[in-house]
Amino acid sequence: MTSVVEVTKYERVFLWKLLKEMILIRRVEEKAGQLYGLRKIGGFCHLYIGQEAVAVGSIACLDLKKDYVITAYRDHGHAIACGMHPNPMMAELFGKITGCSRGKGGSMHLFDAEKHMLGGNGIVGAQIPFATGVAYKIKYNKEDGVVLCFFGDGAIHQGAFHESVNLAKIWGLPIIYICENNQYGMGTDFRRVSSVHDFSVMGASYGIPGKQINGMDVLEVYEEVSEFVKLAREERMPSLLEIKTYRYKGHSMSDPAKYRTSEEVSEYKKQDPILILKDTLIEKGIITEHDYQSLDEECKQIALESADFAEESDEPPLETIYEDVLA
Amino acid sequence: MPEITYREALRQAIDEEMERDRTVFLLGEEVGEYNGAYKVSMGLLDKYGPERVLDTPITEEGFTGVGIGAACVGLRPIVEWMTFNFSIQALDQVLNNAAKLRHMSGGQFKVPIVFRGPNGPAEYLSSQHSQALQSMFAHIPGLLVVAPATPYDAKGLLKSAIRNDNPVVFLEAELMYAWKGHVPDEEYLIPIGKADIKRNGLDVTIVTYSKPLKIVLDAADILAQEDIDVEVVDLRSLRPIDEETIYKSVRKTNRCVVVDEAWPVCSVGSHVAWLVSKNCFDSLDAPVEVISSEDVPLPYNHRLELACQPSVEKVVKAVKKSLYME
Repeated sequence: MTSVVEVTKYERVFLWKLLKEMILIRRVEEKAGQLYGLRKIGGFCHLYIGQEAVAVGSIACLDLKKDYVITAYRDHGHAIACGMHPNPMMAELFGKITGCSRGKGGSMHLFDAEKHMLGGNGIVGAQIPFATGVAYKIKYNKEDGVVLCFFGDGAIHQGAFHESVNLAKIWGLPIIYICENNQYGMGTDFRRVSSVHDFSVMGASYGIPGKQINGMDVLEVYEEVSEFVKLAREERMPSLLEIKTYRYKGHSMSDPAKYRTSEEVSEYKKQDPILILKDTLIEKGIITEHDYQSLDEECKQIALESADFAEESDEPPLETIYEDVLA
Repeated sequence: MPEITYREALRQAIDEEMERDRTVFLLGEEVGEYNGAYKVSMGLLDKYGPERVLDTPITEEGFTGVGIGAACVGLRPIVEWMTFNFSIQALDQVLNNAAKLRHMSGGQFKVPIVFRGPNGPAEYLSSQHSQALQSMFAHIPGLLVVAPATPYDAKGLLKSAIRNDNPVVFLEAELMYAWKGHVPDEEYLIPIGKADIKRNGLDVTIVTYSKPLKIVLDAADILAQEDIDVEVVDLRSLRPIDEETIYKSVRKTNRCVVVDEAWPVCSVGSHVAWLVSKNCFDSLDAPVEVISSEDVPLPYNHRLELACQPSVEKVVKAVKKSLYME
C-alpha cells in the first residue's frame, strides 16, 4: 500500500525526517514494551505503536518555537515527534533522576517545556481545557502560534471537551483539537458508546470546521492538518479533526485486548503507517531498501542506547520528595 | 486610614495588580459586563477591556482549566468562581492540573493562578449553596489556601496571592463582602502563611479564620465582662498553617478552642486541634475544644441553619468548658 499523496513535491530531507521519527517511535516503544516485561518500567504504560503517523504528521506542521503540543497519557510518540531525545524519555519510564520529569511523572507525564511539549496528562480529557488556556495566552499576547490538542476517542464525550470547544470558538482561539480515534477507549469500541460514529461532525455543534482524516498515512495527516493549522494561525479559527488510527497493542501493557479479533489487528497492520511511507518512497525512487534498513538499524541502536542510559542512571535521591511541589 | 468594605478591598487589590502587571487577568461568570455577581469586579471591564476581564459561559471546569493552561505559559490569571459551591465542577482541574503539573513535570512549570470567590454559608440558601469547602482544598499538596477575614487582610493577601508563583485558593464569604475595616492608602502586602493575633489575652486561645472571626471577637467581648481574657489567633492562611503563632499563644494561655465553620470531620479545625494536642501537650490544662458546623447538610429554615453553625453562645460555652467553668 502506498500514499495517495504526490510525494515528489516534498524535499527528500523532509520525507526522511517523517520516516525516521515514525521508525524511532516504533523502535523505542518496542523497547519500552520489552523492558516493561522485564519489570524495569512499572505502572501504566500506554504504547503508541500503530499510531505513529498521527503525532509525526501533525507535529511536522508546527514551529515549536511558537506553537505548542498537549496530549494525554499515550504520550511517548508526541514527545519524540516534538524532539525529545529518547534518553530522558526512557529514563522517565524507568523513574530515574535523569528522566524528563526527574522520575516524578513516569510514562504518562512526559513534559518538555522548552520544546513546548506540555504533557502528558493522565485524566481523560483534562488536558483539553488546559490546552485551550495555552491558546488563550497566544491570543492575549498577540503571538503567532497555534496549539495542537490531542486526545482519544474516549475523551471526546467528556464535558471538558465540549466546554473547551465552545470557549475556543467564542474567543477565537488558535487551537486544533485532534481526536486520535484508535477505535477503543480502553476496552470499549467507540461505536458502542458514541451517538455519532464520525466525530468530526461534532465541530458543527460549536460552529467550527471538522474533518475526518486517515491517520495511517503520514503525508495525508501532514497535508490535512497543515490546512487547519493555517486556518488557526491566520484566521484564529479553531477546528476539530478526527484522525482515524489504530493501536496494535492493548490499551496499556496489562491489557490482553480480547475485545477485538486478531484478524482485525492483522488487517490494520497491512496499512502500517511506516510501511506505507517506506513503500511509497521506494516506489518513487526517493530511498532504497538499503537506506530503509540502515535507518531502521540506526533507530534500533538509539532505542537500545536509551535503555542503557536509563538503566545506568541514578534513582532520585529521597530528599527530592519535597522538591517540585511548590515554586 | 480610610474605612472600606471587604468587597472594595478585593477590588483594589485586583485593580492595583492588573495595573502593575499586564499578565494579570480576571475570568469567570459575570465578572465583566455584569460587574461581578457580588460586584467585586465593578468597573474593571471598563478600565481593562474584555481580554483582561473575561466573561465566561457557565463552564467551571472549562474556564478553570483555561486559567491553568494560561498560567503555565506565563500569564497570571485570577479565576473567579461565583461561589465555591460551583468550584466542585472545576475540582478536577484544580487537583489534577493546578496542584500537580509542576510536580509531574519535575519542576518545569510554575502555576501562578488565583482561584477566588465566596465560600461558606450565607443565609436561606439550603444545602447546595451553603458549603464551607476549605478542608478539601487545604488537603491538597501543591496548593496554597488563604482565608482572610478583614478588608485589610483581604487586600494584602490577595495582592500576595496574585504575585505568588503557585496556585492559591482564596476564600471569601458572601456575608463578609459588606464588612468594613481600615485599609491604608499606601501599598502593602501580607505574606501567605502568617497568622495574626486579632486580640491579645492570657486565659484561653481561640484559633479561627474567615467569617467566624466576627463571632469569636463578639464572644471575647462578652467573656471579658466576666474577666475571662481571650486571645484570638486568626489563621488567615490554611495552607501552610502558621503553627508557631498558634503554639506560642497556647503555651501562654494553656487552653485552646478552635472555631471553624466547616464540617467537623477531617477539617482544618480538627487538624489544628490535633496539632495543638500533639505539640502543646505539656502546656495544655484542658482538652482542645472544637466548634464546627453540625455534621449535616445545611437546611433552608433560618432557625435550623443558624443552629447548625458556630455562634457566639457556642463559643462562650466552649471557652468556659476549657476553663472547667461549665
